[in-house]
Amino acid sequence: MKKKIEDKLYTLKYKTDEAGHLTPDLSKCLQCQEKTCTIICPANVYCYNETEKKLTVSYEKCLECGACRIACEHIDWKYPKSGKGVIFKKS
Amino acid sequence: MTENNKQNKVDVIVVGAGPAGVSAAITVARGGKKVVLVERGTFAGSKNMYGGVIYSHAAKEIFPDFEQSAPIERFVERHSYVLLSDGEDSTEISYRNPQNEKSSFVAIRADWDRWCVEQAVKEGVYFAPQTLVNNLIVEKGKVVGITTDIEDYYADIVIIADGVNSLLAKQLGLREKMKPGNVVLGVKEVIKLPRETIEKRFALQENQGAAIELVGGPFAGMFGLGFIYTNKSSVAVGLGVSLEDLKNKKLKPYELLDTLKSHPYVSKLIEGGELSEYSAHLIPEGGYNSMPALYTDGAMIAGDAAMLVNNVHFEGTNFAMISGKYAGETALEAFENNDFTSNSLCLYKKKLLNSFILKDLITYKDVVPSLTKRSASFLGYYPSRINEFFNIFTTTDGQPKKEKFRKFAKYFFTKRSLSELFSDGFTAIKLIFGILK
Repeated sequence: MKKKIEDKLYTLKYKTDEAGHLTPDLSKCLQCQEKTCTIICPANVYCYNETEKKLTVSYEKCLECGACRIACEHIDWKYPKSGKGVIFKKS
Repeated sequence: MTENNKQNKVDVIVVGAGPAGVSAAITVARGGKKVVLVERGTFAGSKNMYGGVIYSHAAKEIFPDFEQSAPIERFVERHSYVLLSDGEDSTEISYRNPQNEKSSFVAIRADWDRWCVEQAVKEGVYFAPQTLVNNLIVEKGKVVGITTDIEDYYADIVIIADGVNSLLAKQLGLREKMKPGNVVLGVKEVIKLPRETIEKRFALQENQGAAIELVGGPFAGMFGLGFIYTNKSSVAVGLGVSLEDLKNKKLKPYELLDTLKSHPYVSKLIEGGELSEYSAHLIPEGGYNSMPALYTDGAMIAGDAAMLVNNVHFEGTNFAMISGKYAGETALEAFENNDFTSNSLCLYKKKLLNSFILKDLITYKDVVPSLTKRSASFLGYYPSRINEFFNIFTTTDGQPKKEKFRKFAKYFFTKRSLSELFSDGFTAIKLIFGILK
């Protein structure tokens, strides 16, 4: 019954925007100890690459919940453009 | 008035086609005013998820005959509260009342929200889906319209029902910054199961549904709860947990849900089911203390955007619908008086104050802060002890009972310092008096 998060997200339909709607201030990530965004996001949008010292943002997986917006003040958080983003059909 | 000369001018714009927005829009349309309901999703409900039910009393106020054609999954006949231990056992209390079996129901938001908007359109609401509002247009301190990707639209009143993240209320500076402690992250899985299997496993008859709240277990004293709701041929299993706790304990929400699903109480109910949809959403939990200013010149805020949720009773959809209705009524009144300033829109807050919405939120205003502070006790320690008690109470193994109960009582007091017990007792009394006073 246990599924990986990728499998869970695979159940969803998305209309992907060409441009990202989540813009973290990457200069702040270097100093950030907690990297809370990589933990609390229910869609695993944020991954920190230790070797490259870079945060990757897979905005196309976003469920638009806003958790990262509240947990971190250095993310410029917008909704995807009109009609774009996730589509819930059975929730 | 300059705004009267503007193109794209309607009487009222409602932003967000959830339960608050649609109720506001239909109320305005019924009063004969021109109203546009704007929604960023491809259809109403496409961005919406909840861990809950829709309440018939509220649905009836907006759609008196909803039972005849609305997409209802199941009416909630069984309400269960389950204390999960950190092991495999659980204690359950179920309340079933055949007299009151239609007071709430489970619906799938993509179906229910869409149905509501279809009704609104029939009654004259102009619906604009796939329209993201970028900003409110404010002139001389009064909200006069919205900007979208396509065009700007103007109105005498804008009703803001853009949900828990309400970027528009934020733009107006009407609400304080949300803190991780004031918000719960909900994650949910809808699991497909045959109808008959659901009815058998949950002991339900056709069309009857179950609403089950899960306390303790994997939440290990965090401010969080699990839930299970039955649809016709799927079961929704989810949880809501404080963002602050997830942050501090470094827990991934979907992994916590996996742990919840692996508790025997839950796993037996969903065994053999297939994941149909995963979703996540925030729930405002700050209650009365975190409520924004509810109106300003030219605008009112309704539903989740106004943080109108009673988390103790899992009420939110009803607050949304009724607050939307009050905002709509207030807008109609404002047209009567030809006054769209806060002098006129303050009627909205008066209506909320006179209703169960703000009365209840005021009654419960200290409950969540207290529970959050003592969540390790009330949502962790005690549920586990209750399960231990029933373990002793129900186990017959040829050993005398007295020793076991003595050991349990001793453990109860030694595991917990007197000051903690005192603090829990004090909190419990404070809560009870706070609610009754």
